[in-house]
Amino acid sequence: MEAVIQKKSEKQGIDEVMPSNEPQDIQVGDKTVGKPFADNPKMAMRNVNVHYGDKQAIFDVNLDIAKNEVIAMIGPSGCGKSTFLRCLNRMNDTIESCRVTGQFILDDQDIYHPKQDIVPLRARVGMVFQKPNPFPKSIYENVAYGPKIHGLASRRVELDEIVEVSLRKAGLWEEVKDRLHSAGTGLSGGQQQRLCIARSIAVSPEVILMDEPCSALDPIATAKIEELIAELKQNFTIAIVTHSMQQAARVSDRTAYFHLGKLIEVNDTKRVFTNPEHDLTEAYITGRFG
Amino acid sequence: MDKLHLDKHISQQFDMDLEQLQTKLLEMGGVVEQQIIDAVKSIENADSQLAEKVIQVEDDVDLREVALDEDCTMVLACRQPTASDLRMVLTVTKMTRDLERMGDEAQKIAKMAISLHNNGAAPGGYEEARHMGALVQQMLRSALDAFARLNVEQALEVARADKQVDREYKSAMREIMTYMMEDPRSISRSMNILWTLRSLERIGDHTRNIAEHIIFLVKGYDVRHQSVADIENKIKGA
Repeated sequence: MEAVIQKKSEKQGIDEVMPSNEPQDIQVGDKTVGKPFADNPKMAMRNVNVHYGDKQAIFDVNLDIAKNEVIAMIGPSGCGKSTFLRCLNRMNDTIESCRVTGQFILDDQDIYHPKQDIVPLRARVGMVFQKPNPFPKSIYENVAYGPKIHGLASRRVELDEIVEVSLRKAGLWEEVKDRLHSAGTGLSGGQQQRLCIARSIAVSPEVILMDEPCSALDPIATAKIEELIAELKQNFTIAIVTHSMQQAARVSDRTAYFHLGKLIEVNDTKRVFTNPEHDLTEAYITGRFG
Repeated sequence: MDKLHLDKHISQQFDMDLEQLQTKLLEMGGVVEQQIIDAVKSIENADSQLAEKVIQVEDDVDLREVALDEDCTMVLACRQPTASDLRMVLTVTKMTRDLERMGDEAQKIAKMAISLHNNGAAPGGYEEARHMGALVQQMLRSALDAFARLNVEQALEVARADKQVDREYKSAMREIMTYMMEDPRSISRSMNILWTLRSLERIGDHTRNIAEHIIFLVKGYDVRHQSVADIENKIKGA
């Protein structure tokens, strides 16, 4: 993995990196239409390009994720939405052939800075995957693991509290409080996914990335996760990749549409699903040939 | 989005569902248009038989309204339409409602015709009724055409024409009030004509609603409760 960072970002603060009078609506040629920028960005990505070997997966994407917003990323398979999401906490570092360029600013920090340690980064930017992947440990240990390795609790009572609060926030406490020490893998799919969410929020992240968190779940478990997203929004910033347009419409504030590696449109979700600006967005969300 | 693409879904059944909605709506529009023509004719000729027919057709219009609403419900439930598809379904439900109300007004006019047939002619207002009737019928035809072609300019034209209907209604009302003052014995018959004009004016309003729904369908923004000039500016500015 080779992170090519623009040199000026190493020297300059965020104010210089991101001009305050950023254009709010850009509509020229290949540029993203709608509102890709935010007034109070939690994360700001600029000129993002991603290659897998010779193949370019992401083309010049510019996007802000605002504080406490839920942003949904949608688009057909292979459009780059998951690749982009995985860049946000450097999950692509693990892929040998993957080369990421551009700027990724979290608050005022460049997350691809050579001195950036990725362990605390991933505590700040947590991730929930498509398939629930609890550790083969007890429910308690699943949630306690992160706080332990990050040294967030010095005493057992503190750890107990973090576990309870996290499970409560994930809406799972009532269902598991009597069997905290049985295996996490013994839970149902929906419960496992909420356990993974509890695990990711146990380390007090600021941003949670969700990569199709409901695609392996039934409608009831899905509804619970969606309900949870609405509650988590109070405390966290959430970016979610989903193949379910209805889910994007239900849970997100803004929706970003990716097509063949380009960010085509970012707009308020309400706008995207009633009157999208770009023809490609319209074709995708209405189920037409592009 | 300037142009609507209402076909080319990956699911052809979805294309057919939406096409069916449009076809059925246009059919319903045709029935209501004929109802209005017949209702006005029954007033002009004090033709109670034709008036009875208008009243009977109303049942058919009601059934069409219910059936179209059911179809729209099915599309919403099964397809979860978004963007232009969603606007099409919403527009069809709204237009259906306006068309049904227009049918109700035509029925009221037919009842006035029967009353005039039974109680003798009114002292005047027939010419105005004929003229307003022709105007609103033309507006409705044009609105349905604008819907079929997704033509915003034509829909705007319909919205503008409603103003003329309103003007004619006001002037006809003054004239009929003069008749009533001149000959108080004619008041009840004059009232029949007055209600007829009132119904025609309402039909004009519903047609204007339809024009607004069409602008929503094509352009994606709501233009209800705005002056025609404001609507034009909005379309130009967007």
